Amino acid sequence: MLTFNLLVAVALSYVAFLFIVAFVAERRAAQGDDAWLSAPVIYTLSLSIYCTAWTFYGAVGYAARSGLEYLTIYLGPSLVMLGWWWVLRKLVRIGRTHRITSIADLISSRFGKSTALGVIVTLLCIVGVAPYIALQLQSITLSFAVFAGEGGAVWEASDLNSVALWSAAGLALFTVLFGTRNLDANERHHGVVMAIAVEAVVKLAALLAVGIFVVWGIGGGVASTLERIETSDIAHWEQSGGRWMGLTFLSAAAFLCLPRMFHVLVVENANERHLATASWAFPTYVMLMSLFVVPIAVVGLDILPAGSNPDLFVLSVPLSQGREGLATLSFLGGFSSATSMVIVATIALATMVSNHIVVPIWLRSRSQGAMMSGDVRAIVLMARRVSIGAVLALGYVYYRVSGGGGALAAIGLISFAGVAQILPVMLGAIFWRGATRIGAAAGLLTGFAIWGWSLFLPSFGEDAVIPMSVMAQGPWGIDWLRPQALFGIDGIDPLLHATFWSILLNAAMFVLCSLISFPNPLERLQGAQFVNVFEHSQGARAWAPNAAQAEDLLIMVQRIIGPGQAQSIFQKAAAAQGKEGYLPDVTPEFVQSIERLLSGSVGAATAHAMVSQVTEGASVSVEDLIAVADEAAQILEYSSKLEAKSAEQERTARALRDANAKLTALSIQKDAFLSQISHELRTPMTSIRAFSEILQDGGLAAEAQRKYAGIIQEEATRLTRLLDDLLDLTVLENGQVVLHPQEGMLHDLLDRAVSAAGLLDGGIRIVRRKADEGVSLLTDLDRLGQVFINLISNAQKYCDAKTPELRIVVHRVAGGTVVDFVDNGTGIPPAQQQVIFEKFSRLGDHARAGGAGLGLAICREIMERLGGRVSYLPGQGGAAFRVTLPKPEALAAE
Amino acid sequence: MAPPPGQPLFLARAGYRQRRLRDALRLLPVFGAILWMLPLLWPKGSDEGYSNGNALIYIFAVWVLLIGAALLMSRRLRPEGAIEEAEDADR
Repeated sequence: MLTFNLLVAVALSYVAFLFIVAFVAERRAAQGDDAWLSAPVIYTLSLSIYCTAWTFYGAVGYAARSGLEYLTIYLGPSLVMLGWWWVLRKLVRIGRTHRITSIADLISSRFGKSTALGVIVTLLCIVGVAPYIALQLQSITLSFAVFAGEGGAVWEASDLNSVALWSAAGLALFTVLFGTRNLDANERHHGVVMAIAVEAVVKLAALLAVGIFVVWGIGGGVASTLERIETSDIAHWEQSGGRWMGLTFLSAAAFLCLPRMFHVLVVENANERHLATASWAFPTYVMLMSLFVVPIAVVGLDILPAGSNPDLFVLSVPLSQGREGLATLSFLGGFSSATSMVIVATIALATMVSNHIVVPIWLRSRSQGAMMSGDVRAIVLMARRVSIGAVLALGYVYYRVSGGGGALAAIGLISFAGVAQILPVMLGAIFWRGATRIGAAAGLLTGFAIWGWSLFLPSFGEDAVIPMSVMAQGPWGIDWLRPQALFGIDGIDPLLHATFWSILLNAAMFVLCSLISFPNPLERLQGAQFVNVFEHSQGARAWAPNAAQAEDLLIMVQRIIGPGQAQSIFQKAAAAQGKEGYLPDVTPEFVQSIERLLSGSVGAATAHAMVSQVTEGASVSVEDLIAVADEAAQILEYSSKLEAKSAEQERTARALRDANAKLTALSIQKDAFLSQISHELRTPMTSIRAFSEILQDGGLAAEAQRKYAGIIQEEATRLTRLLDDLLDLTVLENGQVVLHPQEGMLHDLLDRAVSAAGLLDGGIRIVRRKADEGVSLLTDLDRLGQVFINLISNAQKYCDAKTPELRIVVHRVAGGTVVDFVDNGTGIPPAQQQVIFEKFSRLGDHARAGGAGLGLAICREIMERLGGRVSYLPGQGGAAFRVTLPKPEALAAE
Repeated sequence: MAPPPGQPLFLARAGYRQRRLRDALRLLPVFGAILWMLPLLWPKGSDEGYSNGNALIYIFAVWVLLIGAALLMSRRLRPEGAIEEAEDADR
């Protein structure tokens, strides 16, 4: 006999296996090896979270009770997938273009990045889906109870509750671990997707195995199983047309609107082409899932004692035949269905809660908004983790409050009807430009209210929430408001009744209020963007290139997606504009790409609010409005062609302009160089000549003689140093330098540089993290050391903080290893940042510097010769220099 | 150039085929919905009603048909933007 403990061990080892799968997938994705992770088959399998425990166990029970009606739950999604060209293709394109993170984000983003709509959709989804999560917990506990009952034990309610509690806790752990590892700008989770793909295979295999056993093992082949169906209780076609059509519609709507389905369909989609594969592969999957449902139901009704729970036939039929292995497989199938649904639903809900409720409230509670100090990433991730815990806790509480009884079983379709309320607004959002924010809110709230009144609240049971008298006579005796007979029309199936009226009035309010209200400019812009996504995927231009500062943007973006990624994005953008360094011109395109990038992490509404804080004012320009207007469609087309051409020309012009400026600067520099050098040489020469003349005249005291000779010597030393530097620079510039590559460790080199820089006591404090410095080098260590010494002594000279401090940070970025030297002074003003690497450029007080201003120029030449680079890193608080270490192969190639 | 015998004169044949394929893709769910709603017209009840066994076979047969059609179409479908190239190649 299969003991209960053994079953727990099987479940736990299965869970451990899933952790490993998710972990390996994350690792492979992190190593850039994600080609197989984003294969169409994985995408199709991840869609299978549509098949929850409710469909895994419940479909058989459904078939045993009402014949073929269970099929409608699969027919709707099949039709949606077969019709992908209509809706899904557009949704996916919009999702990718606008970096949509959830269904609430889609609605919010489309209607002018409205925070209020995001909140409404989020709340609707929580109310609709939390009971559904409770249903999954219930199915896990019930399936455990079946095995326990088989083993002779009868479970108390407290046993069931503890199974539910532990399941919820385990699921929360998995979801937090793999759902919130990072704030990906695309909001994709390779580990989770891989795990649910594996679970999809397990549940299909389990149901097929039970089906094959039932048909060929018990039923005696296809023909005799069909015969058995003919003689069973569900032999005859007695389907009500209303329910058949209504449920097909409802399941199709839920397939599009359920937060978890939207998440796997749109957010996790890596490639639009995958839809084409899924369009036939997903219907195949659900067809196989439903293939053996009727045989299992019929055989279960036949061989099990009357009164057995048909919802658990998938488990109890193999158990009654002594097939414990098969029963365990089937248990794992149901377990997979429940867990994968809960994980994805929780991630989707938690993303919505954190992006649309927690982060906006948190941002508003701080006066300085997105420009605050500290790392926003940590806060968004924490908000998401807390939301995951809260969503699962809500599911568990719902399970406890509802008593885990039959009231839950009906919740599947009730939940479908709830989220289906988003459908009219969603379709309006992507197909109708006239849809407005006010219309969407009115439609959603109407649908939500009617669904709650006529279906959700009555589902708690008679007299639980709505008293019997209200059910029978309506509130305050108003007859036509009776929950299950609105407008006095009696006798319709309650589910159909609620679905019909809520969707109808929802759509009517949506259309009506959209027609009579007037959208704001941003709404119109987003509307045109969404509806015509295939015509211009380029995106809207909502920004005037006015006050926004590239450095402010960089500071903000660093705090949300992390410094490394932010810097590389800014660098790339600058390079695309033909500029060097980290600060591109703040063009509308650039601001918009930044906004999209952020919206991938924190949602469109929040990203919009953050960026507009920096760019000061969410202005929509006249050109944007022209772009929105229908009449201007032709102008738009013409101008977009022009734009494509002029973008190319603009790039060339920018490069030419830069080159010209450089040439002009060079010629000025050459003149300046000559006059500088004569000046620098002349000053010591003058004093040498003057003092040597005095000495020559003689008649001086020995004391004075020594003093004057000392001055001569000092000036001569300075002259020599200047000439050395100049020689060094000339040699470097002409490429005549010979390098002496050596092997060494970065931390030794830094140690040497710090001590050679001759730091004074009470001078600058050096902060290092030795743990990061274990990088081995193969380069000319003396030359590299010279660069380090120069940067450290520069910081010592120029850092004007009260307690000067120099942080030396070593880290890896995409281009290799970099060493940042960041001090806490006032930094270098932007205008000076361009010229500090030029010869004889000194900032501010010449006397304090005591050099000729050749140090950084030499550093730059050295680094170029070594195959690395040194650059100024803006936006770090103080002056910051980044030394990009040469790659070993760069040197080897020389 | 004269068309090959048996073929009507039509330029940009590949692009034309792609556009009709997309029309067919759009129609597929409509077609499927109608086929799956047809059983509602069947007589009901235990006396002269149809049996659920037959209904089951019918519904799954429609399913296989639709899946097959979708499979064939998605194989032949080319990425967007490829129509113009196809037309160029056709010329």
